[in-house]
Amino acid sequence: MNGVVLDKLKNRFPDAVLESNEFRDELTVVVPKERIVDICRFLKEDPQLQFDLLADVFGIDMYTPTKRFGVIYNLYSLKNRNRIRLKVFTEEEDLKVPTMTGVYGTANWHERETFDMFGIIFEGHPDLRRVYMPDEFEHFPLRKDFPLMGIPGSLSLPKK
Amino acid sequence: MGLEHVFGDSFVTTKIDAAINWCRKNSVWPMPMGISCCAIEMMAFAGPRFDVARFGSEVFRFSPRQSDLMIVAGTTTYKMSKVVRKIYDQMPDPKWVIAMGACTSSGGMYRTYSVVQGIDQFLPVDIYVAGCPPRPDNLINALMKLQEKIQRGESKGSFPAYVGEAKLNQPQPLPIITG
Amino acid sequence: MDTRTDELPRKSKILQALEDQNTSVSFDDPLENEMILNMGPQHPATHGVLRLLIRLDGETVTGCVPEVGYLHRGYEKLAENCSYHEFIPHTDRLDYLSPLSNNTAYVLAVEKLLGIEAPPRATYIRMMISELARISSHLMFLGSQAMDVGALTVWMWSFREREKQYDLFEKIAGARFTTSYTRIGGLAQDVTPETIAHLKKFVDELPGHIRECEKLLNTNRIFLERTDGIGVITRERAIDLGLTGPGLRACGVEHDLRKANPYLAYNAMDFDIPVYEGGDALARYYVRMDEMRESVKIIQQILQKMPSGDVHAFKPKKVLPRKERIYTRMEELIHDFMLVNFGVEPPVGEIYSAVEAPKGELGFYIYSNGEGHPWRMKIRSPSFTNLQSLPVMIHKCMISDVVAIIGSLDPVMGEADK
Repeated sequence: MNGVVLDKLKNRFPDAVLESNEFRDELTVVVPKERIVDICRFLKEDPQLQFDLLADVFGIDMYTPTKRFGVIYNLYSLKNRNRIRLKVFTEEEDLKVPTMTGVYGTANWHERETFDMFGIIFEGHPDLRRVYMPDEFEHFPLRKDFPLMGIPGSLSLPKK
Repeated sequence: MGLEHVFGDSFVTTKIDAAINWCRKNSVWPMPMGISCCAIEMMAFAGPRFDVARFGSEVFRFSPRQSDLMIVAGTTTYKMSKVVRKIYDQMPDPKWVIAMGACTSSGGMYRTYSVVQGIDQFLPVDIYVAGCPPRPDNLINALMKLQEKIQRGESKGSFPAYVGEAKLNQPQPLPIITG
Repeated sequence: MDTRTDELPRKSKILQALEDQNTSVSFDDPLENEMILNMGPQHPATHGVLRLLIRLDGETVTGCVPEVGYLHRGYEKLAENCSYHEFIPHTDRLDYLSPLSNNTAYVLAVEKLLGIEAPPRATYIRMMISELARISSHLMFLGSQAMDVGALTVWMWSFREREKQYDLFEKIAGARFTTSYTRIGGLAQDVTPETIAHLKKFVDELPGHIRECEKLLNTNRIFLERTDGIGVITRERAIDLGLTGPGLRACGVEHDLRKANPYLAYNAMDFDIPVYEGGDALARYYVRMDEMRESVKIIQQILQKMPSGDVHAFKPKKVLPRKERIYTRMEELIHDFMLVNFGVEPPVGEIYSAVEAPKGELGFYIYSNGEGHPWRMKIRSPSFTNLQSLPVMIHKCMISDVVAIIGSLDPVMGEADK
């Protein structure tokens, strides 16, 4: 099934599949960030593939000089019962990725969480604000340069 | 209480003091600040097997205005600390606080950026209960130690006039509850 | 010329002031305005620290914004600093109503990454504890849903059953509640025959107790009026919003990861998936009650088919060795030292492994770069995604239905806030 999905994707978007690999029976495809919305819409609406459930959207910090941050989309097909993982990488200076809320409604809160944890801005998102940390928090916790114990003074406590 | 100013430290006042403290200790109405996993053990503590109603804590008032004990059960984050403090300020005197579990006593197993390492950084705590989560028996033990503390007339967070004059400014040993 | 010259100007000043004063009063009609109500993080019925900002028109809800994050403990950052074994106690505290289920999900993910498999007896015992955790979580749902609607007796009865389960967990794993029972490559220890006998007795009596609770609720007019037709969500909207678990099965979608992508030994078990149409709170209640009965069936089959053998896989460089061998043999001592200090070292790669937790699809994504602790771990928690559908469900309901709907969705904030 993974081979069928990859072939269809390569036929429809010949220059968009940058990398693909299969590890422990799971297909991962790296695509450029400008094409991600079209690719997901194709995967959702194609009658044979029908990836209609977006399980997860989250970010990853590779801590490399180029292409540091990535956003990973986890799609599931209720009809065919298989998964595919799409990855998109951006540079540290240009942290903007188009939003997926037009295709899948569930991406709303997941993208807010990715913004909260990594600082990746999703263009076109209806309500991009923090979801876990308080609104006045200035740092992005899951980046590799943020310490586990936090930065003293970044969060306030009420007086005793 | 203002009676000391009228009668002085006399026999009558002491007996009334003891009687009032006896009434207070046998009808402690807790306000459960159930935040995470310890809240489930607190519910078990109120449940059929470890019935806490027999100790006088019949009603678990979720309203701070009608309760005198706040049991903080669960990890307190910085975001939640303002809410906990606000609810504590709304409770009328005399009031006591039990810090239930490892997370409220010292941050527990979460040494991270968003967890307050112990609620005594912003709340005066009377009893610390160890455990992750503490068994309901342990919590009943804590309640009984708190009842002894109430009988002696001590309260860490209430307005000082509640505390008897002889006990003011004396350091009291903290009871340590182990499982 | 008047003699009271000093009085007259004062009096006329007062009269002048009275005439100047604008005494017309205007009110805003309170029935024309909408009210914003804060159903705060501390509330008896919000199942933990969930904050809802509700816009009300009279008693009808016209909009809602949930706010989460009051229990954010930083699990994902913690996982990057813990080895794979050290993270197992943290998984207990995710969905704290069914800790054994989270333990199983996590070690299945790590074993998938490592490419090892637990022995058959361990697989069957893991299935058994997952189903026990499902029963425990659904009993809590029963109690709190009934309590939110007003039936306090059912809460007491379901807690009585849960206490019996806690006794069982103590016999199996050693702790009532936060068990940390599974290990990479197997389990912490085996179950004894007395525990199996106790479990058999519990599981045989459970359907009778559930039936008692149902007799109080299923034909009760108050319960039906408070849950029938309340909190409706359509099938397309549910899939679009990523709702999984009993909420999705109550909309008519037959999707259960135990049948769709079987893990452990579920394809050898004979059970059904309850699916109801309607998408309202009553359908979710029926789904969960039927799931409890199916879990009882699965556990009875497991007790019949349980294979004998070891509960630890023998993979020296990946699985923690047994204690008695550590104390007596040299190789196990060194392996134990390496595994505890440096962690299990999986190959470079990424996996995603999901199980059907009581609340929905619980998934772990692990990206490993060959070191003993993960480079990135993401926990796909069902409650976080399920809470997104809350504004859709409470639209145009009354304020008192909000409590019943949150109860039927059954979020657990420890999982939603990670």
